Amino acid sequence: MNTGMDHTVKAFDDELSELRGMISEMGGRSEQALVQAMDALARHDLDLADRVIAGDKAIDALEAEVEKRVVQVMALRAPMADDLREMVAALKIAGVVERIGDYGKNIAKRVHRMSEGRSSEAVALLQSMAEIAGEMVHDVLDAFAARDADVAVQVCERDQAVDDFYNSIFRTLVTFMMENPRNIGESAHLMFVAKNIERIGDHATNVAEMVYYAVTGDRLPERERGDSPTDAAKG
Amino acid sequence: MSTDTSDAVSATGSPNAKMTARDVSVFYGDKQAINSVSIDVDRDNVTAFIGPSGCGKSTFLRTLNRMNDTIPSARVEGEIKLDGEDIYASAMDVVQLRARVGMVFQKPNPFPKSIYDNVAYGPKIHGLADNKGEMDTIVERSLKRAGLWEEVKDRLTDSGTALSGGQQQRLCIARAIAVDPEVILMDEPCSALDPIATAKIEELIHELRGRYAIVIVTHNMQQAARVSQRTAFFHLGTLVEYGLTTDIFTNPRETRTKDYITGRYG
Repeated sequence: MNTGMDHTVKAFDDELSELRGMISEMGGRSEQALVQAMDALARHDLDLADRVIAGDKAIDALEAEVEKRVVQVMALRAPMADDLREMVAALKIAGVVERIGDYGKNIAKRVHRMSEGRSSEAVALLQSMAEIAGEMVHDVLDAFAARDADVAVQVCERDQAVDDFYNSIFRTLVTFMMENPRNIGESAHLMFVAKNIERIGDHATNVAEMVYYAVTGDRLPERERGDSPTDAAKG
Repeated sequence: MSTDTSDAVSATGSPNAKMTARDVSVFYGDKQAINSVSIDVDRDNVTAFIGPSGCGKSTFLRTLNRMNDTIPSARVEGEIKLDGEDIYASAMDVVQLRARVGMVFQKPNPFPKSIYDNVAYGPKIHGLADNKGEMDTIVERSLKRAGLWEEVKDRLTDSGTALSGGQQQRLCIARAIAVDPEVILMDEPCSALDPIATAKIEELIHELRGRYAIVIVTHNMQQAARVSQRTAFFHLGTLVEYGLTTDIFTNPRETRTKDYITGRYG
């Protein structure tokens, strides 16, 4: 994004790097929330689920802090060109990453409402799906930190895999519910978990688009973006 | 903001060009201050020249109404046209040219005369008014267009130098407007003014747009972003980049432009 040259006003560089640090931390915490929520779901670990729920407050606080800092930088430094695009991206990315954290929290909350000892095929699929979505979140925030448009494009392309998993899990759960109506409550929860992970993939894609814009100044071409899940599986 | 829908503006070839410069170079003695600049100045837009000190933006601005003629060692090469007419042609009347291409300077420079006489001076020497009534009309219209009429209408006989800095600058703009110019060149018109006076000048520039082609040199990039639709970035005597102001400040194509406007310049 920049030429590697520092600003004449060094304090400006310090402020920018602090902001980047906060965004990275938000990303790390959101990714961790997803990983731990899925872990808690798989092992029915209620303590871990509670920790994920409590940890969301830190992400919310970081978002508020990022918002405050961006407004300050805009007011005091009047950033231009790539600096301006980065500030706008930082503001939007913080909002999206906060949402990603919320989805992780929502998955953790469901652990309490579900019974122990499930071994449905869907749960295994959910773990694989969550792994891809978590990597997308991780990689797209690395792309922001490194100002790497190519990595951002790769993240967008991976959203298709998340959507494919979602469609597959949707069919699996519907079949499962039809087989035995007593599975419906449990399956409905898992359906929401799948939907949450699918949304995390979409949000990571949104972040990738913002990173691409911040780096290049151009909108990501439409064909590079991942498609939405098929209508049949839209919840 | 710009009404233009195109993504980019080339420096030359605008169908809407009021002034055209081709391969213009300026020398002060042996020293070359401007190196082969080609650019079109739009009729209906405000064009801002930005760049670090010594980049040649003011020098280039002054070639547009031959203000450099007053410097004995200055030499201008290349071609500059106003509505297709070569302004450096021997047949060009320089006094007439400067009436068509007016100028406002960094430091307000009203004559030590009354407010009325400051505005009436140009129309008088160019014979634009046949009688007192016509002159009164020109003075009132010019002061109104310069946004100064309400503040001075009851004291037109006071000295121009008794006004505040911001009022003096608007008086100078009224003086430039009074001879009904086609182009107004402004060389850092707000750098000696406070923020309120600056805002009034910027509002005035906005109102004058369309009536006159306006070119403004400014060190204040925020100001360039606020008042202009086209921005040209000069560096070391060359035109580095010229484009829509929105593009220059959000997504400049040249690294040198970006480094300058983001505060990374050297």
